[in-house]
Amino acid sequence: MITRCALVICGLLFAALQLAAAQSMTLPSTIQAGSAFEIQTTGNGSGILYIVGPAQLLRKDVKLGGAIAFDAGLLTNAGQYVVILTAGSSTEQRPLEVLPANQPAHLTFLARPSRLPVSLHNGISGAVYIFDAYHNLITQPATVSFDLTPPTGAAQHRNVTTADGAAWIQLNSTAKEGMSKFVAQVGGVSSKRIIEQVPGDPCGLRISAQPAGEQLQLKTDPVRDCSGNAVPDGTVVTFTEDYNGTQSTVDVPLKRGIAEVKMPAHPGATISVASGVVLGNEIHWQR
Amino acid sequence: MNTKGIILAVVVIAVTILLVVVGTLWPVPTAVSYAGGRGFLRASSTPAAAVDNLGDQLRLHHWGAAYSHLGNKAKFTESQFQHDITGYQLSLRTYATLESFDVHPLHQTADDADVRMRLHWSTVVGNYVTTRELKVVRNGDRWTVDWPFVKEPVVPPQVIPVNYLRWDVIYRGSGDDWGAQNVEAPHVRVVDMHPVQRAEGVVVLGELLNEDIVPAHVSVKATLLGKDGKPIASEDSSDKILPTLLPKQVTPFLINFPDATLSDVGSIHLDPISTLISASADPVIQMDNQKINPAPDASLTGQLVNESGQVVNIAHVLATFYDKSGQLVWVADQYIDRALLPQTPIPFNIHIPEDLARKISSERTVAATYSVGRMS
Repeated sequence: MITRCALVICGLLFAALQLAAAQSMTLPSTIQAGSAFEIQTTGNGSGILYIVGPAQLLRKDVKLGGAIAFDAGLLTNAGQYVVILTAGSSTEQRPLEVLPANQPAHLTFLARPSRLPVSLHNGISGAVYIFDAYHNLITQPATVSFDLTPPTGAAQHRNVTTADGAAWIQLNSTAKEGMSKFVAQVGGVSSKRIIEQVPGDPCGLRISAQPAGEQLQLKTDPVRDCSGNAVPDGTVVTFTEDYNGTQSTVDVPLKRGIAEVKMPAHPGATISVASGVVLGNEIHWQR
Repeated sequence: MNTKGIILAVVVIAVTILLVVVGTLWPVPTAVSYAGGRGFLRASSTPAAAVDNLGDQLRLHHWGAAYSHLGNKAKFTESQFQHDITGYQLSLRTYATLESFDVHPLHQTADDADVRMRLHWSTVVGNYVTTRELKVVRNGDRWTVDWPFVKEPVVPPQVIPVNYLRWDVIYRGSGDDWGAQNVEAPHVRVVDMHPVQRAEGVVVLGELLNEDIVPAHVSVKATLLGKDGKPIASEDSSDKILPTLLPKQVTPFLINFPDATLSDVGSIHLDPISTLISASADPVIQMDNQKINPAPDASLTGQLVNESGQVVNIAHVLATFYDKSGQLVWVADQYIDRALLPQTPIPFNIHIPEDLARKISSERTVAATYSVGRMS
């Protein structure tokens, strides 16, 4: 009796082992996004293979006991997948990690601001995100080169290694106004942005006065910032004349680099000039 | 329906019929006039009655009737009379409504009288008052008004070259990718801020600078935070700010918080908002002869001079007042009811609160202008 039972148990175990062997599959633990790969199976008969991943589901009828080939470009989204093989009533599942490709194909380059004054410390920031051909963020460290090239003068160059797919940098704006090229490059892929460096606040604002009939012709010297760049036309210069308890003011935009206006010629008047928060000289008119 | 309801309905109907009958038999003169009837005018048996009649006709836009009763109508036409009141150019006056008027006799003899007439106008940007000194002359048993006609200023024929800068903006297209750059918004900065407690509530005053090289359309939003850091109220600067700021231009702003109390406020959060807009550096407005007039009736007076060649239809003057140490004390404004013709001075008069007038030592005035077909 005991011998008969042992034989039955051994038979069941053998059958179970045979069944388990039919569900067996071998696959790589990781593959690169978009690459071709194979899954080896053992056993006889047919089954269904499912690959379930982020935003993607594949179903394939397979013959067990051979290799199942998947063409390049089939699994393109990086992430954790699950491979499930079913045959009859049994199921086997394995994880599969799809990694981003190593070769960058796209850059997203955020450069801010697009317009800023000259000579501003850490005024320019650039951030780069690296993506492969299938727009997966490449999280492997890579070296990004940043180049800021002003219209004149030396370019600024920095290399930054990405962390979790991103690299960022802060640069000073240069002393000369103009359109600077800001380029980020990695693995033969580059992206360009234009940064407009504009003159800063007026520096050494000065006016002069000349009689013009019953009025005074007031005129600034050419208005420049502290780096010598011409302050752009349209910038407002405020002239103020104080005389005997009364005041006259006028906001005059720069035209061809200077601002000029006619104001009443009162002997004893004090005339001052300002632009934004910058004060210029004062004139005490005596004639 | 119960008995009370029936009684109430009968009473309402009866009273309505009674009022209709009374109104028909003994109408109010004003109602008759509004309905196109006659009989509204009183006999001009006194100088005040003559001026009252004139005021009523002006209020009803009965230009012909008002003109026909004037004593000096030979000196100007009806059209000139109408334009003297409504403005020769499109301006705030053009669409203003005369809400009311008061008449103040100044001097009277048997044959003539001087009367001051204050006209209270209502416009889309608030009320304003104009004052006319009228001469009223006895003509038999009637009094007639001599209208103090102000001739339209004549700008001599000339060519005024205007070649100030104009900015146009091209924004990014809808198809640009996520990382592509847009045109940078103008950089603006609050350079001064001062909250004050007034009878009507908390008022937040400040100044905003456009520190960029492009024009900006600006406003300021302020949020009062309580001592626990929670918001109490949030308001914006509305029209108490220059809406368009040219590069390096400074505007005052004033934000009202009705019914708020400064002692409840722990902090104030200011959020300056700027948008890049197309704009022109023209017209240039000069503010001449500004003078702070002390209390009583404290005010800032001066003249606006339009230096450009185009007519400015509406001008809005904003004045910032400072104390001796340069601290911001108050911001006040006035809309000019007349159009600014080129090179023609137009007076302004900005009221200063009496309690603040003694603190004020200096001021700075700017003007926003609006011309038909364009805003700057």
